[in-house]
Amino acid sequence: MAATAHMTLEEIRKGLSWRKQLDKLFIAIGMALLFGCLAILAILFFDLVRDGSSRFGWDFFTSFPSRKAENAGILSAAVGTMLIMVVTALVALPVGVAAAIYLEEYAPKNWFTGIIEINVTNLAGVPSIIYGLLALGLFVYQFNFGQSVLTAGLTLALLILPIVIVATRESLRAVPKAIREAAYGLGATRWEVTKDHVLPYSTGGILTGLILGLSRAIGETAPIITIGALSFIAFLPPSPVTGEFPFLNFEWLRSEFTAMPIQMFNWVSRPDQAFQANAAAAGAILLGMTLAMNAVAIWIRYRFRKKISW
Amino acid sequence: MQGEIRAQGSDTPSLSIVMEDRKTTRANPAKAAAEKLNFWYGSNQALKNINLVIPEHQVTALIGPSGCGKSTFLRCFNRMHDLQADTKYEGAITLRPDNVNLVGPETDPIEVRMRIGMVFQKPNPFPKSVFENVAYGLRLRGINNKTELAERVEKALRGAAIWDEVKDRLNDSALALSGGQMQRVCISRALATEPEILLFDEPTSALDPIATAKIEELITELRQRVTVLIVTHNMQQAARVSDFTAFMYLGELVEVDATSKIFTNPAKKATEDYITGRYG
Amino acid sequence: MTQGKTQMAQGAFASLHYRKTRDRIIEAILLSAGLVAVFTTVAIVFILFYESSYFFEHVSVKDFLTDTMWTPLFADARYGILPLVSGTLTVTGVAILVAIPVGTIVAIYLSEFAPHRLRETVKPVLELLGAVPTVVYGYFALLAVTPLLQKVWPDLPGFNMLSAGLVIGLMIVPYVASVSEDAMRAVPKYMREGSYAMGATKLQTALRVVVPGAFSGLAAAYILGISRAVGETMVVAIAAGMMANLTFNPTEPAATITAYIVQVSLGDLPHDSIGYQSIFAAGLVLMLMTLVLNVIGFFLTRRFREAY
Repeated sequence: MAATAHMTLEEIRKGLSWRKQLDKLFIAIGMALLFGCLAILAILFFDLVRDGSSRFGWDFFTSFPSRKAENAGILSAAVGTMLIMVVTALVALPVGVAAAIYLEEYAPKNWFTGIIEINVTNLAGVPSIIYGLLALGLFVYQFNFGQSVLTAGLTLALLILPIVIVATRESLRAVPKAIREAAYGLGATRWEVTKDHVLPYSTGGILTGLILGLSRAIGETAPIITIGALSFIAFLPPSPVTGEFPFLNFEWLRSEFTAMPIQMFNWVSRPDQAFQANAAAAGAILLGMTLAMNAVAIWIRYRFRKKISW
Repeated sequence: MQGEIRAQGSDTPSLSIVMEDRKTTRANPAKAAAEKLNFWYGSNQALKNINLVIPEHQVTALIGPSGCGKSTFLRCFNRMHDLQADTKYEGAITLRPDNVNLVGPETDPIEVRMRIGMVFQKPNPFPKSVFENVAYGLRLRGINNKTELAERVEKALRGAAIWDEVKDRLNDSALALSGGQMQRVCISRALATEPEILLFDEPTSALDPIATAKIEELITELRQRVTVLIVTHNMQQAARVSDFTAFMYLGELVEVDATSKIFTNPAKKATEDYITGRYG
Repeated sequence: MTQGKTQMAQGAFASLHYRKTRDRIIEAILLSAGLVAVFTTVAIVFILFYESSYFFEHVSVKDFLTDTMWTPLFADARYGILPLVSGTLTVTGVAILVAIPVGTIVAIYLSEFAPHRLRETVKPVLELLGAVPTVVYGYFALLAVTPLLQKVWPDLPGFNMLSAGLVIGLMIVPYVASVSEDAMRAVPKYMREGSYAMGATKLQTALRVVVPGAFSGLAAAYILGISRAVGETMVVAIAAGMMANLTFNPTEPAATITAYIVQVSLGDLPHDSIGYQSIFAAGLVLMLMTLVLNVIGFFLTRRFREAY
């Protein structure tokens, strides 16, 4: 007599308890998978640290590669990676943010914008090694940039461009329409609305996107191998800062280089067990750098999320 | 059976207000009654000692200025506040005839929501076909028989006076409909499971006047089938669709009476001020 | 008074003209940044076709697509891409069998069930899993997962596609989970309220309303995941072996397209040899495979996208 015409209260309750059991079962499965994944991450990290522990020491950071595992170090690789990241960030940030602003705030809805959108979506899915082939054909063969820091930096910048664009667009989109309308209502032009309101509110998302992009770039091995990075470099690129006017030197852009992931790959693919300790140590450092960058990105995102809530 | 319900309903003190006024509107027995209901968002008390009887098969309107707690009160009836952390109920909303306390901690919110339907301020159809939207609640209840689904969906759509408009597009996305149509699909969705009470939270505030008129007409018809509780911003709307009107202010229930009485001869000064547009 | 007003209006007008011009210039600059994406795509296509044309002058397209041997580095060079494709597909198959179910369940759990605090803490940590450099995952596959699998199957070779596929699957779980979770969270609250108000449980709301509502995002997540598995290089180059092998058996060693490109890039073949140029032909096939995936993903997304 109670409840809905076709279901008595008892029926409702019976069905409900079954449905709630399913909920609990799902929660158990979800948590098991989630924490399983996280446990693997922890195991991976401890594994690397343990295997590489014998190699951690000042010498490892200040030595060039060597034929003898116990003498080999990551100096040239670490410097190479840092210089590449500078180039990548300086190219990817302005281009990525500008492209995102265009697509999100300016682009009219027509076939042409559609093509740009499809391109960005597509580029995000292009395997990194294809970027390596692009760079080999374009920057190395056509533009004669050589197998240099500049080539590597540009390659990785193109590689992370979709990440920066997507992250920026997302954070631009998160700014409510009402804010834009409020600014337009006061007579602001589109650029003024963007610059004064939309961009400041989305700085967190943009920075997060850039750092996440760089953390992807720092570990990328395949495209750099493809452009022909050497794995045995026993010198450093020329210093970007000099004692004489104009105090800056861009020779380093044309220098040959090696990078952390290349160095690790080189070591891991050697049959000699001793080099595997080197690989583990280099891997632990690389992983540590990536995790640190991600931690910073997360912190920024968290800060901005807290500060602004719609 | 009727007599039994009446007997249970009549021992609620607040009902006497309604009973006294039989000259203007004949009150049905109570379907639900709020008794000493208090509600908190965190430390902020949003409802203060609400006592209100909802008569069966009639339309009760909740009116009052913004922030008076009328929507908060409405959402207590199907425990929507439970979706948010840090909310607290005290007191009771008793559902007749089985006298379940809807806001009691022992009562399962999902069970409550299976018995009490709700239509929201903004039409919120699911990103599914019209048919699947209306069939949703039935499927939740384990009904998968095609013939039965089809019958009950049609019945619900007819019940919400939208069958003729959508019968040829049952498989189109509900999001392709107009705002008024979407809202009536949402009403059908709620009706399909034959709830005991149907809650309306400002159901026409996002709609144009013509769509609004249709929904209002529908609400007045719905009372044949279901008990209706409606929150509205629009006093004319309350006057047009409801049998009883409750005026709320600052989280308290100021006055409740037959709608005709509230709008012609309110007992309280605050009610009169609101009705005549002195604030709100 | 009146005069002042007029002056202000004129000043405002002049500055408005300046502001509008500035807007147009900025728009052009922004547009050119957007065109970098178009340029990159065009350049990829052009370079791959241009550089592989030399290869196809010496190897017929028919041999390339139908020959079952890939031995460009041997004296008796054969150039059939099929073994590399089979290796790529096998590894990808293993990977998505791990990544799609795990990623989706984790995403539903995080988006619909996990307490707010847990989600906010765990999600970034999970994303770290996707940020680990792939060369590190390669190390993990070769030196941790394979030995572990060998305890179960003692006959498993040191290089095998199973271990590489499992690790790639694990690697793309965070991508799938994160993109799916974002998509599910983008489903508006009022949609969930509509479902809860009908008496649905969380799982019912998740599976019947949120997942369909987030379909475009889920499709995008899967496509992105598959595409990454197809193009993943370092894990396979380290753990799956470098020998082209026409098989779909994941317990065998086999080279993928990507692993082959790495092998040649590291070798000392002269740049103008056919062997070296074959990496562009292999890259072309890889690009076409991912392009097909991306196009399917794009149209799926557009077809099922619902405007909220």
